[in-house]
Amino acid sequence: MLPPNRKQLGLIKAGLSLLALVPLARLIWLGMQDDLGANPIEFIERSTGTWALAILLITLSFTPLRLLTGTAWPVQLRRMAGLFMFFYACLHITTYVWLDHWFDWQEIAKDIVKHPYVLVGFTAFVLSVPLALTSSNAMIKRLRQHWKSLHRLVYLVAIFAVLHFWWLVKKDITEPMLYAMVLAALLSIRLIFSLRKRKGQGV
Amino acid sequence: MLIGKKSDIIPSEITPQSVYEDRRQFIKAAGFGLLATAAAGYGLLPGHAWAAAEQRRKLTGYNKTAYGADEKLTPYDDVTSYNNYYEFGTSKSDPAEHSKLFKPTPWSVAIEGEVKNPRTVTLEDLLKIAPLEERIYRMRCVEGWSMVIPWIGLPLAQLIKWAEPTANAKFVEFVTLDDSLRMPGARVPILDWPYTEGLRMDEAMNPLTILAAGLYGEVLPNQNGAPLRLVVPWKYGFKGAKAIVKIRFRETMPQTTWVKAGPREYGFYANVNPTVDHPRWTQASERRIGGSVFSPRMKTQMFNGYAEQVAHLYTGMDLRKNF
Repeated sequence: MLPPNRKQLGLIKAGLSLLALVPLARLIWLGMQDDLGANPIEFIERSTGTWALAILLITLSFTPLRLLTGTAWPVQLRRMAGLFMFFYACLHITTYVWLDHWFDWQEIAKDIVKHPYVLVGFTAFVLSVPLALTSSNAMIKRLRQHWKSLHRLVYLVAIFAVLHFWWLVKKDITEPMLYAMVLAALLSIRLIFSLRKRKGQGV
Repeated sequence: MLIGKKSDIIPSEITPQSVYEDRRQFIKAAGFGLLATAAAGYGLLPGHAWAAAEQRRKLTGYNKTAYGADEKLTPYDDVTSYNNYYEFGTSKSDPAEHSKLFKPTPWSVAIEGEVKNPRTVTLEDLLKIAPLEERIYRMRCVEGWSMVIPWIGLPLAQLIKWAEPTANAKFVEFVTLDDSLRMPGARVPILDWPYTEGLRMDEAMNPLTILAAGLYGEVLPNQNGAPLRLVVPWKYGFKGAKAIVKIRFRETMPQTTWVKAGPREYGFYANVNPTVDHPRWTQASERRIGGSVFSPRMKTQMFNGYAEQVAHLYTGMDLRKNF
């Protein structure tokens, strides 16, 4: 398949952006119908959190896709995907701080420090802030080789995000396990290819 | 007292389950489904309510009481759609969806262990041991949410007196139904089935403790633990064993399901206590179900607000250790 030209890429991005807004639109729609279930705040928290994690895994899948298939152009969608992950992470944490805890900072601080699943989730969010802030072309130019090292933080963000989900679940870990397996697969592909490359260089 | 008997023959007993399920699906698909869809379309019936409506039956002959008369009730739809009942699945909506075909009749309960005469009692006879009462209780889940539910049941103390435990009886153990044919969630070894719970004798005898057979003036819905469940309002919700099949009097403290599953996280006593956090989340506050997106959390009260009636049971005990 030929890579899309500039115009086609723009269309693909626009289409995917609309698609990425569907989960938010759904929440707003359900909220207006008063159809978010018995515990609407939990529903919003779970939904925005799950979408942030799912989009994060999509963000991490462009490079493995290139390594496995040689199709490089989708990497151009990576920044957009990463920013949508950050968007849902922001909605997630806003729901937590605002709707769930009503800006009770003392309670929130206690919750973060005392409860491991909150701590790793919060850490994942904090680590994703510099990534979102340095995502522009200007910042890429300015940071040069540091940019790549900085953006390796995304692996940590992903691991913490999966842990956050895993530790939150009471007993049935099926769902977090699925995300963990996808993440493990995506990271292994990178690892295998980078080891291979290193070996190749050594010879 | 009348538990709206529909028919003497229970289809599940004479027809293989798969057959009657298929037939039922067929009937729904062919006729009732169409009718309900039309009704829903015209706004006569909410889309999801028609299946549940088949099961809803009024419970008559119970006395109102003053318990919780000043509380604002959690809406029926929330009480019956947001449940923890792992035998029917681990998500909150699973129990309502997966228990639709569950038949809680006929039912009997074995009274065992340290009693004068171990025996088995039918549900109908058990519910005649004492007059049924409506008790409006707060229910605080260990996960940090709460409800206010108008239960109908009888004081457990009445059943205990009727059962005539021996002097050796120090604890009561509740064993619940473990039937993977009728309970899809019980096919998954997520907990050590059957689900069991227990109380110290004085806790079981406390006037607040009831065996519930109904809520909101109706026969207990399947997803809430039909036909008979335990309600101990000053303890976290998981103490409320559902679909009880055995009540066993014991000299030693019974092992309970959640203690086995996570001894660091769940204790035998499981008293609601805002000062002792669950290792993973706070117990200082709770979210009352039925509020809007903008309703704030509320402070959790010691013993879920029932300290006056139960605090004396624990004098001299370290509730941090005995959580």
